[in-house]
Amino acid sequence: MRRFSWFNATSLTVGFVFLYLPMIILVIYSFNESRLVTVWAGFSTKWYAELMQNTAFLDAAWITVKVGFWSSTLATILGTMAAYVMVRGGRFFGRTLFSGMVYAPLVMPEVITGLSLLLFFIAIDLDRGVLTIVLAHTTFSMCYVSVVVSSRLVSFDKSLEEAALDLGCTPFDAFRSVTLPIIAPSVIAGWLLAFTLSLDDLVIASFASGPSSTTLPIKIFSAVRLGVTPEINALSTIMIGIVTVGVITASLVMKRNVARQKADEVRAAQG
Amino acid sequence: MRRFTLIAIPYLWLFALFLVPFLIVVRISFSYYELSIPPYGPQLDLSTGWDGVKAFFAELNWENYAFLTGDDLYWKAYLSSLKIALIATFFTLLVGFPIAYAMAKAAEEWRPMLMMLIILPFWTSFLIRVYAWIGILGTEGYLNQLLLGIGLIDAPLTILNTNVAVYIGIVYTYLPFMVLPIYAALEKMDDSLLEAAEDLGCTRTQAFWLVTAPLAKSGIIAGCFLVFIPSLGEFVIPSLLGGSDTLMIGKVLWEEFFSNRDWPVASTVAVILLLILIIPIILFQRNEQKQRETDG
Repeated sequence: MRRFSWFNATSLTVGFVFLYLPMIILVIYSFNESRLVTVWAGFSTKWYAELMQNTAFLDAAWITVKVGFWSSTLATILGTMAAYVMVRGGRFFGRTLFSGMVYAPLVMPEVITGLSLLLFFIAIDLDRGVLTIVLAHTTFSMCYVSVVVSSRLVSFDKSLEEAALDLGCTPFDAFRSVTLPIIAPSVIAGWLLAFTLSLDDLVIASFASGPSSTTLPIKIFSAVRLGVTPEINALSTIMIGIVTVGVITASLVMKRNVARQKADEVRAAQG
Repeated sequence: MRRFTLIAIPYLWLFALFLVPFLIVVRISFSYYELSIPPYGPQLDLSTGWDGVKAFFAELNWENYAFLTGDDLYWKAYLSSLKIALIATFFTLLVGFPIAYAMAKAAEEWRPMLMMLIILPFWTSFLIRVYAWIGILGTEGYLNQLLLGIGLIDAPLTILNTNVAVYIGIVYTYLPFMVLPIYAALEKMDDSLLEAAEDLGCTRTQAFWLVTAPLAKSGIIAGCFLVFIPSLGEFVIPSLLGGSDTLMIGKVLWEEFFSNRDWPVASTVAVILLLILIIPIILFQRNEQKQRETDG
């Protein structure tokens, strides 16, 4: 505490005001009576009511959630497999290429990922729609999942797995009853990350979507290009609210589980 | 057999949906624009056998690359993307370092809470975070209202639709990427090192430059790359906050594809962007590796 000076307190305050004030303003003005977004004209929830009438937004939201669910579930399965292969897979043909392909999408600009997938879908004559967005999102978010999961796989004690194998488990059983419970928090974190990335993505979805599969970010982007509207403020507020509640709940649950698991591991190690 | 399947499934997925699509981009970048479906040529015609393959390769050419290097617009777009990304990275460091430093110096029981406050915006929609600034920076926006209200300025400032707005957007959205690695580096620092430096006659400023800065170096480098690399190809921020004269390559690629429908040129723009990005990506990985070695 000796060095926690006024300077530090100021940087934290200014920093967090900078991070949160824009969103707080957005939330406040979503309750503004006036259509003019910069003039305060009294409290009202009418933009929320109007938003609920807007079927175009509701349809887009439904498509987005569907895409998010399927792509993050697929990405979690594939990403966990990829992480396991990289950490425990040993040597195999094309390993360098494999880890290159896992890491490259993380640094690839979204416009390039989007463009290449679109050209690919056209080349194989696959009609663009929900399916192509799911495929596109799965591909880039599985890489994020595998990074999250492999960092956990690296840090946990391999001898626990070996013990299970010695005691007669098949590799699959050992994975299911020993490895999976231990890496579960990171798998869940990976799923949440993949889901958020999918919900959030504008660029790749714009390339991969067809006319009948407009996602929420695409819809928001085309509305926002014309300027600030109270409906979008209301929609943003709902999204910010969901994320805040979600992240806080998830981190509380995770904290409890991690603590419990650490205790279990220690107990197991002490035997 | 199980091991083979386990490796094959993610391998084939990435091969089919990452590598092959990218190779298609490379192939189209060597093609020419044509009014047909698909709108580029040559097409590989296997019905004529080996001659078809030969004719196909004979028609692929470097023309798009020559066009891009010869045309002012593209050069300027690459240069201005680099410039914008560099300046924005510098400002992100300027804003992010004091936050990371203060977090590392905060009492231990506060740190998880502060971490969460830094990460929380990252989970919130990127698009919405950029959108929030449109209302703030506009001519009639909240910032101008405030500044006019307190009498600091007489006429509203033009910030929205300029490069300044793009810098603000990048700093705002990428701040967590800068803060977290620096915080991770500083958190491990032992305070007694600073005390030792001061005991040995350093002033606080000297101690900062001689002890804190070198220890934070790898975190600073990592943070800078994590901001620089994605902001170079950024599309959303320049198209929402930037003006018509804000040239960024992500936007150029988007327009080349969606407005001009010139697939070969869009593909060439993509390949060159990736070639430019390879250097910072390799430097970033080296830094990470060095960090792992010193840690391990």
